[in-house]
Amino acid sequence: MGLATSVLRSRTLAALTSPHGVDRYLELVNPMWAAHEVRARVVDVRREVDVPGHPPVATITLQPTSTWQGHRAGQHVQVGVEIDGARRTTRVFSISSPDSRPGDRFQITLRANPEGLVSRYLVERARPGTMVHLSQAQGEFVLPDAVPERILLISGGSGITPVMSMLRSLQRRTHRGHVTFLHYAQSPEHQIFADELDEVRRSGHGIDVRLLHPELGDPALSPAYLERHVPGYRDVPTWACGPAPLIEAVQGAYADSPALRLEYFKPPRVAGSDAAEGDVVFSRSGATGANTGATLLDQAEALGLTPESGCRMGICFSCVSRKSEGTVRNVLTGEESSLPDEDVRICVSAPVGDCTVDL
Amino acid sequence: MTALHDETTAPEAPESGPAEATRTIFGRLTPEQLETFGEEMDAIRQRVLAELGEDDAAYIRNVVKAQRAFEIAGRALFYLPPAWPLAVASLSVSKILDNMEIGHNVMHGQYDWMGDPGLSSRMYEWDNVCPSEQWKYSHNYIHHTYTNILGKDRDIGYGVLRMDEDQPWHPYYLGNPLYAFLLMVFFEWGVAMHDLEVENLVAGKRKLEDNKALHAGIMRKVKRQAVKDYLLFPALTGPLFPLTFAGNATANLVRNVWAFNIIFCGHFPAGVATFSQEECEDESRGQWYFRQLLGSANITGGKLFHLMTGNLSHQIEHHLFPDLPARRYPQVAEEVREICERYDLPYNTGPLGKQLFSVARKICRFALPDRKRDEATETPAPAEAAAA
Repeated sequence: MGLATSVLRSRTLAALTSPHGVDRYLELVNPMWAAHEVRARVVDVRREVDVPGHPPVATITLQPTSTWQGHRAGQHVQVGVEIDGARRTTRVFSISSPDSRPGDRFQITLRANPEGLVSRYLVERARPGTMVHLSQAQGEFVLPDAVPERILLISGGSGITPVMSMLRSLQRRTHRGHVTFLHYAQSPEHQIFADELDEVRRSGHGIDVRLLHPELGDPALSPAYLERHVPGYRDVPTWACGPAPLIEAVQGAYADSPALRLEYFKPPRVAGSDAAEGDVVFSRSGATGANTGATLLDQAEALGLTPESGCRMGICFSCVSRKSEGTVRNVLTGEESSLPDEDVRICVSAPVGDCTVDL
Repeated sequence: MTALHDETTAPEAPESGPAEATRTIFGRLTPEQLETFGEEMDAIRQRVLAELGEDDAAYIRNVVKAQRAFEIAGRALFYLPPAWPLAVASLSVSKILDNMEIGHNVMHGQYDWMGDPGLSSRMYEWDNVCPSEQWKYSHNYIHHTYTNILGKDRDIGYGVLRMDEDQPWHPYYLGNPLYAFLLMVFFEWGVAMHDLEVENLVAGKRKLEDNKALHAGIMRKVKRQAVKDYLLFPALTGPLFPLTFAGNATANLVRNVWAFNIIFCGHFPAGVATFSQEECEDESRGQWYFRQLLGSANITGGKLFHLMTGNLSHQIEHHLFPDLPARRYPQVAEEVREICERYDLPYNTGPLGKQLFSVARKICRFALPDRKRDEATETPAPAEAAAA
């Protein structure tokens, strides 16, 4: 930590800038100055795959503020963008570049999901110079410092990004062991990182890359297939990341083997138009109930919880809670919202289908 | 009710004093009218919510920038002793903006839709000894939900003043003007102690233990203000310590006096109605809107004045739509007044001088025991109010 950072994070400066904090002043001078918060400037947007009729994929290079603590291959980061200069929306993306040190540039690779505000903004509208808000790198799905001799990486679809970060880190660390990488995709067309993967395969650094397309006749993931290519795979340290069906197949093949580490990409849940269906989960207390169609506040109270609340009519904001998943309907306006990790007034929000609230 | 939009005329018809207004208020509209009135208010709210966007975000960010600039300029000018008055003025403006147009409004959740943690009602902390958590409870919840309901809205007299004839008189209230003056000078402290319900402690309705958790929060804020305004910044100016100390104290005082005056003009000018708990049982949304309208008063003025009041000069619109960005109130006010005219409802507004005079009168009048009804209903005399 440099002298400037020590000063910026000192208790004296915190006291002088109370109650707002140092960052509320620094950001007005230069958005790249920060004492605690993490932000980044986009320095490059490169299209990886751009096929007409399909959502484009891009790799975005970010120069973070000096507060960025670096990341370990396999981790993800929350990226917040200000859409139309007003509404900050945040999503989680996997980091695709190899391990980074504090303050280092890094990359995320993402597909412009047609319904995804953030991914579309980043792929289609971000330009060098655009500022984004970041969290620190998060996630336990990482390579250990000492990488075992023999490892297996499995990914499906866009789950390739964290695995790509791992592959790149292994190459940079000049890992000399034996790596098997199985990637499952719908078809060989539009494969992201295709050239790089090809090069890795041919360079003969002990990395066995297999791109599989079960829908085109390649073998699906099965214990037999794994056993043939990675004998004794249940004891081989394995990292798997991808959509739910792939992860379920991997879990089945590994039983409860401690060698398996997983990263789940949840498919977006489609909410039915009928209000009273699905389950409501209050994650902090662990209470769960069938959705009655009443407001989240009423349902929480019916389950015996006592969340903070006030006016019960949407004006005082005492009851604002974080909805981590699911769709809610504002009972005053009828407006529905499906954003994950959204703050909602539970006294005027009724769940539509499954819903999880941090209460 | 012919002169509703004439700002210099008191909104109440001469024959109906505050007492009568209280008792007949809900007789003004039929239930059907009340419902359509509520729907019209809802429609305004929906429309503005749908329009929120870049302009509103840019506006509040610019106000924040201006506030920080005034703050830094004020702190820096203390190094130039001849510029002391300028330093105090600059710091006062910064504190007023911080508490009113930014703090009060952000803590109402007016900018929560922006998703910016720096402007979020859950995270925002203001430059005031009252902790934001406690403020949001007593203000956003209690005051805004139960506006002007006697026995429920603790903002009626803040537990120390007699501001309504339905508060029974007691010799203690002879000090009404003095208490009001002290509350003005120490306003941020009054606000911080509001939640402690000292009057209920004295009356034995509340135990000292109930306040334990609140004490810690208040002490934390008090300590922060003391360290910043009365220790660190004065110390940074070296030999000018006493001047800077006095300057910072003055800026806090200026903010107290200004905030007190603006806020008292919001609910206490003559003609503003209060309500009994029975009247407000099982209230409909229309009725709630109606009560907010009758229980609030505006102050007329220019753009800069509205900004410096945090747009609480549009107290009526603020109470109707507490979660809409305050910069929208002047625009919404035109529609609200048009609706009030159509329903033949009072819309209490006037210049600062008039509203302040009216409040001061009330403070003094209620210091004394109630006079006979015929005398009491004489006030407010519109001619007198207009002359103020």
